[in-house]
Amino acid sequence: MKRFLVVTAALIVSWPEGSAVNADSSQNVLRWTSQGDALTLDPHAQNEAPTIAMSGSIYERLVNRDPALNLIPELATEWKVVEPNTWQFQLRQGVKFHGGEDFTADDVVFSIQRAKAESSNFKEQVESIAEVVVIDDYTIQIVTTGPNPILPNELTSVFIMDRGWSETNGANIPQDYSVNEETFAVKHSNGTGPFILESRVVDELTVLNANPNWWGKAVRPGNIDRLEYRPIKNSATRVAALLAGEVDFVLDPPLQDLNRIDATESLSVQTVPQIRTIFFGMDMASAELRSSDVKGRNPFADLRVRQAMNLALDREAIKAIIMDGMSFTAGIVTSPGVHGYTAELDSNEPFGLEKAKTLLAEAGYPTGFSVRLDCPNDRYINDAAICEAAVAMYAKIGVNISLEAVSKALHFPKVQDKQTDFYLLGWGVPTLDSLYAFQYLLEGSGSWNATGYNNDRVNEITSLISTEVDQMKRDTLIAEAWAIVKAEAPYIPIHHQVLAWAMSDRLTFPIAADDIPRFAYAELH
Amino acid sequence: MVGAVLRRLLQSTLVLLVVSFISFLVFRFVGDPVTGLLGQDSSQADRLSIRRALGLDDNFAVQFARFVDHGIHGDFGLSYRLQEPVLPLVLSRLPATLELVLLSAVIAIVLGFAIGCYCAAHPNRVSAKLVLAASLIGISLPTFVLGLALIYIFSVELRWLPSSGRSVTEFAGYKTSLLSSSGWRSIILPAFALALFQISTISRLVRSEMLSVMQSEYIRFARARGLSESRIFVNALRNILVPTINIVAVNIGGLIAYSVVTETIFQWPGMGFLFIQSVDFADIPVLSTYLVLISCIFLLLNLVADLLSMIIDPRLRLVR
Repeated sequence: MKRFLVVTAALIVSWPEGSAVNADSSQNVLRWTSQGDALTLDPHAQNEAPTIAMSGSIYERLVNRDPALNLIPELATEWKVVEPNTWQFQLRQGVKFHGGEDFTADDVVFSIQRAKAESSNFKEQVESIAEVVVIDDYTIQIVTTGPNPILPNELTSVFIMDRGWSETNGANIPQDYSVNEETFAVKHSNGTGPFILESRVVDELTVLNANPNWWGKAVRPGNIDRLEYRPIKNSATRVAALLAGEVDFVLDPPLQDLNRIDATESLSVQTVPQIRTIFFGMDMASAELRSSDVKGRNPFADLRVRQAMNLALDREAIKAIIMDGMSFTAGIVTSPGVHGYTAELDSNEPFGLEKAKTLLAEAGYPTGFSVRLDCPNDRYINDAAICEAAVAMYAKIGVNISLEAVSKALHFPKVQDKQTDFYLLGWGVPTLDSLYAFQYLLEGSGSWNATGYNNDRVNEITSLISTEVDQMKRDTLIAEAWAIVKAEAPYIPIHHQVLAWAMSDRLTFPIAADDIPRFAYAELH
Repeated sequence: MVGAVLRRLLQSTLVLLVVSFISFLVFRFVGDPVTGLLGQDSSQADRLSIRRALGLDDNFAVQFARFVDHGIHGDFGLSYRLQEPVLPLVLSRLPATLELVLLSAVIAIVLGFAIGCYCAAHPNRVSAKLVLAASLIGISLPTFVLGLALIYIFSVELRWLPSSGRSVTEFAGYKTSLLSSSGWRSIILPAFALALFQISTISRLVRSEMLSVMQSEYIRFARARGLSESRIFVNALRNILVPTINIVAVNIGGLIAYSVVTETIFQWPGMGFLFIQSVDFADIPVLSTYLVLISCIFLLLNLVADLLSMIIDPRLRLVR
């Protein structure tokens, strides 16, 4: 027995260390984790935060944002409006793709065309582009269908690929689902960015190495030589990995563990209001609600009912009890940091049950009414718990809610098909401009506007601000539209989510409110 | 015997068809994958066109017929989530799950039989009673609580073992955790977390079977003949093998099912983990392929259990 033990021990000790990862110890290796892996490496196939974070380390855009979300030059060095319909971009010279190909104007033409493909997830961001004109190898003009004041904002979502590499490998368009074949760009990449893909096993480990020839080394503070990304789905396990020192950075630590992480020596937490606002929507346009005991008319069509619903929601209680203080109560459906947001808009009349009851009685519902609340249970922070709390709060004014909390894959189609009376939704604004919120949530034809809210002036302003290049005039219009929306209350804003990043003290890494880690700014000591 | 095997195979095909039919029915309620595919900016027209491209608008019978037809030809489609062909994807996760399940089955059988026999041999000892009580905890403790407790003790506090993930070495083109120390370190916690429930059930089963066999006539007769106690015990053990093997086989199938939870907690890149992620995304091609594959494994396990029973107990060969 003793001999057996000795032999076994010897075997274990002499065995090769497994694991594909064997980093040189003199390197700055940043090991990090988050819940879900990037879905694909194809930079135009998925408009989803984890995928964008991964693409953003490998590929670059013409214009990017720094961690404070200011626009900064990336592959374009400067840009200006030359005619109302035309923006001119000066491109960075001497940039090479990871495969050694030169970056030129033709690659921009190709990439914008690729982002416009039927199967692209970024069609909306390039929708206004009519034509890309090559002036010379390093100058392009982008002609838009009408004046487009926020084209540079929109281009922060469009990654630049090499035409030669994509065409040689048959990756001219993003994944087409009607063809049962995998696109080359799903597992391979060739960008100009700060990191080069070394290896990738989906859901297990993705390793990126610093690009030694990257143009931005001198102007960005980062000093990471190697990035090792290991997704960990379970949030408790993710925190355990941080506490055990197996990772240096957790993108999405669970809110309830933040205090514990912060209290741990050698670890710290950063928070910032996220560009994502959570709110309820009310169907105010249908003749009659699908799930209500009130027949023949729609309670939400009455402004007083919508006001009562706003008054009866105790936002502070939701913040204190459900969110553990980790949220900012909201008065509009867009977040701080978005152009057009003001602190004044973002406030509410104080919580008041009596006033709410009076308003309901005036509207003809002294005993309330019943309605179903549709809610996702796996999309936003504590989404189902928020809905449960709302059920109890609205019961106090006689609004009897039956709650249907389901997976996002079931919930979102209800909203998109506008088949819901009363629903919870969260909204982020990647362009950081109010236009985005108007186009999707407030315009009568907005694809996520299930309230049926359809105000002529708001519709008009939405189309005006999409082409108004005079900033002063544009800001006045935006303010006017928000004031109308605020008065008519088609939505019940709840709160802006808080974003938190947890990291080791060895790491200096500024948090960004759009939740995209920009590793070119990460420094290890 | 050959006839019995053939009959089982025929039944299996039927079972597979029924399973895929039911799974197909259920998946209509998992949700709509289109939102996940297109992102929040997509227009109504985009959603319609992708629904058409994926054939989601066809009626149920057409979709099912297409799935069976493609499945027979080995084509299970493209994952909505990862845009990879499904069959290679699911199969690439199979070794991770099989290694985990195999190791925890070995742990469960060895420890389960050892503990069960010990408790049966010395039913009145305090230690046996304590072990028996402890096994109740093993049965009632949910896997995820146990898994997290193990992670906090062995990874966060003691820092002996990695908290999650799978470490592998490549051996003849096959990636395995069983050929390196770091691989073993990564598999021990999940395997044990997965095994604990089975250790408890197997040991309790072995103990009660043994206790009842030990009271039977032939054991009394053996004792009367003056056979040694250990000899008697071995004979008794042989008699409980048939019922136990059947239950153990079903339990190994259960291990594969429970591995969904264990794999999620330990970020173990097996099929169960793939399944959970696919549920989140309503990735129907992966879900249906997974279920078909799991039913194949269950059917195979049952077949093996039947054959083993026939080998162990000659009486069963005469039936039919």
